[in-house]
Amino acid sequence: MPDATDRRILRQLLADPDIANAALAERAGVTPASLWRRLERMRETGVIRATLTRIDWRKLGYEVQVSLRFTLDKTHPRAFDEFIAAARRVPEVTEIQTFLGSVDLRLSVIARDMAHWQQLYRESILTLPHVADSDALMLVSTIKDVQELPL
Amino acid sequence: MSVQPDATDLAILRLLAEDATRGAAEIGRALGLTQPATWRRIRRLTEAGVIAGRRVVVDEAALGFGVTVFLGIRLAVKGRVSLEDFERAVTAIPEVQVVQHVLGQFDYRLRIHARDIADFERILRRRIMTLPGVGQVEANVMLSEERRPGPL
Repeated sequence: MPDATDRRILRQLLADPDIANAALAERAGVTPASLWRRLERMRETGVIRATLTRIDWRKLGYEVQVSLRFTLDKTHPRAFDEFIAAARRVPEVTEIQTFLGSVDLRLSVIARDMAHWQQLYRESILTLPHVADSDALMLVSTIKDVQELPL
Repeated sequence: MSVQPDATDLAILRLLAEDATRGAAEIGRALGLTQPATWRRIRRLTEAGVIAGRRVVVDEAALGFGVTVFLGIRLAVKGRVSLEDFERAVTAIPEVQVVQHVLGQFDYRLRIHARDIADFERILRRRIMTLPGVGQVEANVMLSEERRPGPL
């Protein structure tokens, strides 16, 4: 279990994920050696699951981002597994979440433009298995996107 | 402005997407490039803004945040002023990590962290339902999440 010092490190790291280790050690009030040991341990124990690179897809020419929400035909016992396996094969899918609620699943999908979106939607999304219902939310703008937790 | 990465740039992005802690030496070895050549490409991708930063994925449950909820919110009244009021108020809520303005069945989608369902109910009643202009609210409790590398 992470102790108070680990939490202090994580609070600073989540507030500024691009921070250099020396600055992080200073802000969290630990020595660089101690910081390194604690980060290693949190990675080993899975408190820190991964450090991913955030890619700005717009800079790579992907102007369209859509949040697709699905309800599945739950009479089929393997509906979730087969849907998720098929969604993983679509390269433009960047996130897959499952839910308890009126929505079963959500995909984040990116496309170069509306023509590309239309093609993706027809060829890769409408062909996903076991879909009972779906709706789309088209991203206009991101107002807030932080990784901080009120630790 | 969009940049035109070549196949080597995309291979570097693929390796960095899944682990941002990989250094230029390790990536270079994997792709048959020298460390300085790899470093120059990473710097160019960072300067162009393609590499936007890091995302630290933590075990939220182990840190006492067992519940993640996605909210869809429709505003009851719309107009430029009400959007600004709503956005100012919603971004100030510490438990709200993500706010996106969207087109469709809802006007905004939110990602919220709570300690447990009771904590979520408190946030929903005291913070969300009291937001200026808030209308219909739909909540879905997240069970699992997977981030994919995307079309690299």
